[in-house]
Amino acid sequence: MASVRAKRAWVAALGVVLLVYPFVDRNNAHVDFLANAGAFILLALGLNIVVGFAGLLDLGYAAFFAIGSYSYAMLASQQFNIHVPFWVMLFVASAIAAVFGILLGAPTLRLRGDYLAIVTLGFGEIVPQTFLNLSDYTNGPNGISSLDQPSLFGHSFGISSATPYYFVLLALIALAVFVSRNLQDSRLGRTWMAIREDELAARHMGINTTIAKLSAFALGASFSGLAGVAYAAKLSLVSPDQFQFNVSVLVLSMLVLGGMGSITGAIVGSFVLSFINSFLLPQSTTLVHAIGLTNLDFTNYRYMIYGVILVGMMLFRPGGLIPSRQRRAELRVSTADPNVLAQEQTEYEGGARN
Amino acid sequence: MHVLIQQLVNGLSLGGIYALIALGYTMVYGIIELINFAHGDVYTFGTFTSLAVLTGLGVSGELHGPALIGVVALTIVAAMLTCGALGALIELLAYRRLRNAPRLAPLITAIGVSFILENVMQLWHGPSPIAFPEVIPNPTATIAGVDVSAKQILVIALALVMMTALQLFIYNTKIGKAMRATAQDRDAAQLMGINVNTTIVVTFLIGSALAGAAGFVSGVYYGNTWFFNGFEAGLKAFTAAVLGGIGNIVGAMLGGFLIGLIEAIATQYIPQGEQWSNVVVFSVLVLVLIFRPSGLLGESLPEKV
Repeated sequence: MASVRAKRAWVAALGVVLLVYPFVDRNNAHVDFLANAGAFILLALGLNIVVGFAGLLDLGYAAFFAIGSYSYAMLASQQFNIHVPFWVMLFVASAIAAVFGILLGAPTLRLRGDYLAIVTLGFGEIVPQTFLNLSDYTNGPNGISSLDQPSLFGHSFGISSATPYYFVLLALIALAVFVSRNLQDSRLGRTWMAIREDELAARHMGINTTIAKLSAFALGASFSGLAGVAYAAKLSLVSPDQFQFNVSVLVLSMLVLGGMGSITGAIVGSFVLSFINSFLLPQSTTLVHAIGLTNLDFTNYRYMIYGVILVGMMLFRPGGLIPSRQRRAELRVSTADPNVLAQEQTEYEGGARN
Repeated sequence: MHVLIQQLVNGLSLGGIYALIALGYTMVYGIIELINFAHGDVYTFGTFTSLAVLTGLGVSGELHGPALIGVVALTIVAAMLTCGALGALIELLAYRRLRNAPRLAPLITAIGVSFILENVMQLWHGPSPIAFPEVIPNPTATIAGVDVSAKQILVIALALVMMTALQLFIYNTKIGKAMRATAQDRDAAQLMGINVNTTIVVTFLIGSALAGAAGFVSGVYYGNTWFFNGFEAGLKAFTAAVLGGIGNIVGAMLGGFLIGLIEAIATQYIPQGEQWSNVVVFSVLVLVLIFRPSGLLGESLPEKV
């Protein structure tokens, strides 16, 4: 298949570009932007497992990001004078996040999907609140600062350049893509998709939905924990207001924009939305300020954009910009034969109603 | 003991607001099984509309006598009409097309609508809390050492009146009957000649109008508001609806008052309870979902296939 080979060539070319990019573009702001976008790509890939693959709507995903960040902040700083190395913390924090993922998932297993949404939303609300309230351990609203700088072979990352963090995030994303891709077609991945399409039917086919759902939660949360550690180390600071509800919705918007269940979609969606947030809105604001419209500030419309993406995509392009393979296959059937389309449509409606 | 009774009174009045919001959640969930995340923001929109009406009337302080009754009635009606229309509009534009889509789609849309509304309100009045005029004079009666303010009585009375009216509407009118039928089985209802689309819009309209009334009351009660108010109140009201048994109107009311009481008591008796009240309410939600997912008054239904 030529298309597969072409695709591989494109991916390899992209990989090379990404590897040499920081050495070509010496503008630290650009690398910094890419590193931040990388953290969100990692988050979106994790959420893709929970929402995209398993169809479990998690509205408190930022909580795991917070747990990862705070784990690093507490175990690798002057706060308690504990200094666990960054590389060890990647494992520790993703394990901690995974445990919380299971703890959150367990009580909701028996419940229907939409209750899950509200429970995760509540969880996303109380985790930052708890970090805020436990000020004896977390310094409350001030957060924890001057976290340890990661070092590799004795070279400290420092904070002046974003390049080392860029490479760390690149590696983590590569790992996340590798894991997601392999899981997608594995037994577990197909189990998730069966649950997503019809949980009742999946259970009747003998699928252990408990284990499948909990593993989706745990895995999604652990990606988020990784992102949390990397992001906290990069900023060298954590505070409760970094993990509010709007972060969860931002990541969800990225995923919905790109295409739920699609790995490429998750990456593209997060990149596009990060670009809009960090460049397009501030730059266009500067532009209109320059021509005299000083009371216009596009960055105020950020949440509006998330909202419009969520509503607009769901209404007009539910598969996202880059629909997952399965969705594309479904669409192909429908264009080929209108009778099959009509028949599928009725089945789809009948099954999706409940 | 006085402290406890005082907190019970406070809790009941808080609960009145939650109960009014919970009614909207429970009605919409009852009929189309959608958690309408935008509902909390419709409630905040009610406060904002009330504020606009009061500002338009030039009211900025206490009123007395006929002026008070006239202004309060006018503001409540305006808030209810605006929010009712807003709720119906949201259903028409955002949810209707997705009625047969996979379950996740309308939920995600609802969050999107919620964010759009919040952003609109943020652009309207800015990101900081805004003051709400104290229109209602606030004589406080002290009964056996417990303070009961006029505002608290207003909240509780309004909630009870609204619920009674709603109950009468649902059980004594034709459209109320249509709502119950549609909630029970949409396809069968349609076959019986019920216009399902109209019925669902009316459900959104009524639920949102109640949220509008709650919005006015909360402005008066707290004396301020901000664009993000609906998020927390919505979460608590949803908990109330689940606690009472989602889909059950009396249950929503009961749940609302209970959540108000739980919050007031937690605030009083847990050290730094104010900070933890959200955590407490959320724990209640999780516990109810684990041990009695059908709620206090709800009957447990098998999953529809």
